Amino acid sequence: MTAQTTSQAPATHGTPVTFDHVNKRFGRTQVLHDICLEVPGGQTTCIVGPSGSGKSTLLRCTNRLEEPDEGRVFLGDTDVTDGSADIDAVRARVGMVFQTFNLFPYRTALDNITLALRRVRKLPAEEAAERARAQLASVGLAGLEHRRPAQLSGGQQQRVAIARALAMEPEVMLFDEATSALDPELVKGVLSIMRDLAGQGMTMIVVTHEMRFAQEAAGQVVFLDHGRLIEKAAPDKFFGAPESPRLQAFLSAVT
Amino acid sequence: MFEGLQRVWETFFNLDLIGQTLPTLLRVGLLNTLLLAVLASVIGVVVGVVIAAGLMSSKVAVRLPCRVYVDVLRGLPHILTVYLVGQGLPLAGITLFGESTYGYAALAIGLLEGAYMAEIFRAGFQSVEKGQTEAARSLGLSHLETLRFVVFPTGARRVLPPLTGQFILVIKGTALVYLLGLTAGQREMFAIAQDTAIVNASLSPLVAAGLLFLAITVPMTYAVNAWERRLRDGRKDAPADSATDSATDRDRALAHQGTG
Repeated sequence: MTAQTTSQAPATHGTPVTFDHVNKRFGRTQVLHDICLEVPGGQTTCIVGPSGSGKSTLLRCTNRLEEPDEGRVFLGDTDVTDGSADIDAVRARVGMVFQTFNLFPYRTALDNITLALRRVRKLPAEEAAERARAQLASVGLAGLEHRRPAQLSGGQQQRVAIARALAMEPEVMLFDEATSALDPELVKGVLSIMRDLAGQGMTMIVVTHEMRFAQEAAGQVVFLDHGRLIEKAAPDKFFGAPESPRLQAFLSAVT
Repeated sequence: MFEGLQRVWETFFNLDLIGQTLPTLLRVGLLNTLLLAVLASVIGVVVGVVIAAGLMSSKVAVRLPCRVYVDVLRGLPHILTVYLVGQGLPLAGITLFGESTYGYAALAIGLLEGAYMAEIFRAGFQSVEKGQTEAARSLGLSHLETLRFVVFPTGARRVLPPLTGQFILVIKGTALVYLLGLTAGQREMFAIAQDTAIVNASLSPLVAAGLLFLAITVPMTYAVNAWERRLRDGRKDAPADSATDSATDRDRALAHQGTG
């Protein structure tokens, strides 16, 4: 599978994301402790850590699928957490890919992509379909436009989900364990699309267990444990010379 | 033993009597039954969807009245509801349908079936995975757009099997219209059968009506099931290969839970 450069590369590269003293509790459990993190524009930031460490919750604060209890999140200059912010407009600027794909089951691959193009971007039907077709081709799925999700393999479904997010021409892409639910032989195709995307200068926040991907594609890697940001470094240093004992223990356990 | 069988046969399966009853059933009753059933079902589905949306509201002021509606109309004997609507409304001076018994009967049956359908729709909408909603919202669709374009299409398909069961109840429920009084030409199938049964002191006309009810409900069940399969699998020109079919299996399981 070759995922070439998409013809609709986002016009606005390099929107940074800033987490400013973000706290989040579920009931009495504090899942995020005072997280401060700069995600530079046009780079990939990988978030790693044991399960339950708050990685996904932090990611989901970016487009407020989770509401931070305290602290602020900025998308470029926009305060996402401002109560008066138009959250739908913010979300249309941020693409998100989920662990379980979350395709709309009764829509074809093409219709999964055109729905938001038509309803949110207000494109005419023809133009939306055209853009969706091109986007599907760019993730190697030309010819499968009319398949339903149930008629696609997990890897193909996830590529449709990526195409669906990219067709909106987002400024930032969020990946929430995008390859965790895939059979091993299907992981590569999805990672290669993500790698290409990173190479094109898309701002990406990637929650992942794929340490090799983090090593090769990330500009910075962040280690979360028990809701705290423990360590943050460039991949060479992160994997080559981890400082905190918890990160050292984590890395020796997973590699 | 043999005599007993013969008595049963003559009481329920008197072929002459069945043969006599069928023409009137087909000419007058069938059309009236279908007309009532369709009217009541349309009212029931509209009421059901609206009340279901109300049941899922986060506002107590919306949720509570909807809850009361469902609980009361499901709890009351249907006969009482038909009287309350069919005779109560005209008595109160609300003559929506003038003298037409049919309008009131369809409204009464529709309103009470709507209460059952509301619970079916609610279960269907709530069975739509949170991930679906999150995906739609993450693309920038509003809450209402997400309900309309993502939750409703998925939920409505999942409730087709239990909804079919409810439609069957509506068709049989049309028999209640006799409570409101009918002229000869207004009688639906069951009323005709009952009149003939009384005149001839035999239950065979009711069996004749029963056969016609089966002739409506069984093909309908198969038609809806076929339609549901088509909706689920898409057109046949896109064969499923290497497909992970767990999603559709889950849909089916959920839909059937609703019938239980």
